[in-house]
Amino acid sequence: MEILMSILAGTLFAAGVYLILQKQLLKIVLGTALLSHGAHLFILTMGKLNRGKPPILIEGVKNYTDPLPQALILTSIVISFGVTSFLLVLAYRTYQSNKTDMMDQLRGTDDE
Amino acid sequence: MLHIYILLPFLAALLIGLAAKKVDRIHTGWFVLPVPAVLFILFISKLPILAEGKIVQSIANWIPSLDIQLSFYLDGLSMLFSLLITGIGSLVVLYSIFYLSKKEQLVHFYVYLLLFMGSMLGVVLSDNVFVLYTFWEFTSISSFLLIGFWFYRERSTYGAQKSMLVTVFGGLAMLGALILLSITAETNSIREMIANRSDIMESDLFIPILLLLLIGAFTKSAQFPFHSWLPDAMEAPTPVSAYLHSATMVKAGIYLVARFSLIFSGTDVFFIIVSGVGLITLCLGSILASRQTDLKGILAYSTISQLGMIMTMLGFGTGIATLAAIFHIFNHATFKGSLFMIAGIVDHETGTRDIRRLGGLYTFMPISATLAFFGAFSMAGIPLPIFNGFLSKEMFFDSSLKLEQTSGFAGTFAEWIPLLAVIGSIFTFVYSMYLVFGTFTGKAKLDQLEKKPHEAPIGMLISPIILIGFVVLIGLLPNLINESILAPAVVSVTGDYAQIHLKFWHGLNGPLYMSLIVVAIGTILALTLKRWQPIYNRVPGKFSTDRIYQSIVNGLLSFSSKFTKFYMTGSLRLYTSIILVFLVLATSIFIYVTDGFKIAFDDLAPVTWPEVLVGFVMAVAAIATIWMTQRIAAIIVIGVVGYGLSLLFVFFRAPDLALTQLIVETITVALFLLCFAHLPKLKKSDKKPSEKLVDFVIAASTGALLTIVAISAHSSKFFESISKYFVDNSYKLGGGDNIVNVILVDFRGLDTLFEIAVLGLAALGIYAMIKYRDKGDMNP
Repeated sequence: MEILMSILAGTLFAAGVYLILQKQLLKIVLGTALLSHGAHLFILTMGKLNRGKPPILIEGVKNYTDPLPQALILTSIVISFGVTSFLLVLAYRTYQSNKTDMMDQLRGTDDE
Repeated sequence: MLHIYILLPFLAALLIGLAAKKVDRIHTGWFVLPVPAVLFILFISKLPILAEGKIVQSIANWIPSLDIQLSFYLDGLSMLFSLLITGIGSLVVLYSIFYLSKKEQLVHFYVYLLLFMGSMLGVVLSDNVFVLYTFWEFTSISSFLLIGFWFYRERSTYGAQKSMLVTVFGGLAMLGALILLSITAETNSIREMIANRSDIMESDLFIPILLLLLIGAFTKSAQFPFHSWLPDAMEAPTPVSAYLHSATMVKAGIYLVARFSLIFSGTDVFFIIVSGVGLITLCLGSILASRQTDLKGILAYSTISQLGMIMTMLGFGTGIATLAAIFHIFNHATFKGSLFMIAGIVDHETGTRDIRRLGGLYTFMPISATLAFFGAFSMAGIPLPIFNGFLSKEMFFDSSLKLEQTSGFAGTFAEWIPLLAVIGSIFTFVYSMYLVFGTFTGKAKLDQLEKKPHEAPIGMLISPIILIGFVVLIGLLPNLINESILAPAVVSVTGDYAQIHLKFWHGLNGPLYMSLIVVAIGTILALTLKRWQPIYNRVPGKFSTDRIYQSIVNGLLSFSSKFTKFYMTGSLRLYTSIILVFLVLATSIFIYVTDGFKIAFDDLAPVTWPEVLVGFVMAVAAIATIWMTQRIAAIIVIGVVGYGLSLLFVFFRAPDLALTQLIVETITVALFLLCFAHLPKLKKSDKKPSEKLVDFVIAASTGALLTIVAISAHSSKFFESISKYFVDNSYKLGGGDNIVNVILVDFRGLDTLFEIAVLGLAALGIYAMIKYRDKGDMNP
């Protein structure tokens, strides 16, 4: 299962990267969302999948699934949510101000 | 103990600004003066210890894991330099109090000067080569700051940059040599390197080490072909020129060669390179000095030439040559330091340093003039027993006649050395006479001067008087410093030393004839200088090292600007691609080289159909996002991936993740819907097929790399997981049953705090972007 999940994470990553390399801002935002999904799956697979009970202590149970990747991912989900929403609003604002959402037309100013 | 000596100037540099703020009636220099003066006395008080043949040392750990210790030791050679640094330092600070007016940025000046003093002490006292290197670069930096002290002058910044580029280039070469040395000798300590010198001498790296080390020494000591930074460094205030660019910093290269002499000296390569470059520098410097019109320009080329002479003697490596070199380091500091100070006085009192506009100043400033005559006669080596410069020059001639190399190329080369020594000395005689007679005798051209010249204030004269006092005193009684200072220094350079008694009269012998030839031809040339000086203008400038330096700098600048323009196109897409390609290449090469890829099938969770099905759907949905042209469809497929992931979390027994992912995904989808309404439609990509192919390759390889890393990470477990700790202690220490929650809010509580901070920042950013949307600019 871990190997299949690694391949899935790789697929999500590949799709995310492809989208990031596109010109339209929207696609880039979608790409980052896919990237974070891929990364979460990646972290989860690094631990072991499906060994023992969910990590909630119960009398008499010795084996639990690795709680550490889960804690990392939980933090990461929240942060990637923040980033995605920020990017979305940024894309929206950029479009409002510049009337375009194509990356090659958004090139900054010359004096940078 | 030595640590405190080195630290003292740095501490003073920190405090000097405060003192200057509090008391602005008193010249800042008066606060600085005690530092070198006290250090000078402290170093003098160590002389008896050295006389017994012992050394002073102190060690403190700095980076023990790299075997880098702040270990310092004071032997004869370090003592000579320390006395020069602190002694000349005191005189220069005293002189500068009268030279620099209170309107200048005095705090800056003295902070730089103290930084230099501390670093220079560090250079000559360090035992650890890497500590030495650090201080070495510090001296380059403080020299840069001091040359650029009058930063609003274009010549100053040019000179500062040039000295920095040349000396730091040499410093890097030297670092290379030091690293090779520490590998070859398996130690970072200079003394241990010298003790293990047979390892280094037999190593294949002997020649590269020697060459790199010499590049460092030659750039610092302005030897040919790296000499051209020193004349440009004369834009510094005159006290700095007297201190850094004649008495101390430029002798750091000499120090380096002397310090490592025990390892390299005696080989033909060392002899030919060091003496050869030294002789070229001696002759070239003195010949070029005779054409300068700026007083400090003459002195700069003269310094180059004198350093060349010292370098030559170190190249000889014989006992008498080394003694002469050490003696001349001392003598040069006295007469050249005083000449620089007089040049500063002339500049100060007349408003110019151009020798063509000067003349006849003897009647206006008799004391300065007398001092200058003593200094210049000593430099020229006039055979009178009151000039210390004559004594060391005589020994130079003597040692050039007594070279031991008898065979091969080195032998042939050795036979020509006395001739070159005489030629260099003739021109030294010529520019010395040109310098003083041109300035102080002849007809005064008062109409060409900005001010009416008069004698300098007594404060400015004290320092040169003391230095000239030494010139005469040592000239009369050379053995005064022979046993206490010179002999221990020679021992540190050559290892052993047979006592040589210094005296003026050796009878009618070779060296004396050479001196007389120098004086005779020198006098003729000096008298006819005006007639043959135009010859200099016939030499084409194409070959000057100045031009070569300039074309290298220009070439570097245009290359780097072209190279930067090539990849800094302003396209974020290109940047992302470059970063990703580099990531993929670097990681995969590393995996390939270290054989890092592992795949293990023995410890896998069983494959179950629901999970596979969900995963398959997610993969299809993720790939499908690429071709979506409908906004709503794009949201749906991205939602499929997100919700699929939360399902997977359920399967993989991560209830908290599943819940969070569900909520976050729902909000995200809502947000997408909100924003998409205001955004333009998705367009079909208008890229060329070749561009698409490039994108595809980058994306696919990044994905493949992630898969490989994930599989390898899963298959190779090098350490026991630390998760057990959290499972065991979740209830005991955190008081909670839900282990993930306990980790987040308790064990890693700070991480969560920062996570909340990130969310808060994102929220603030979003708020700002929406709030100010109608005003047209982001700045409220």
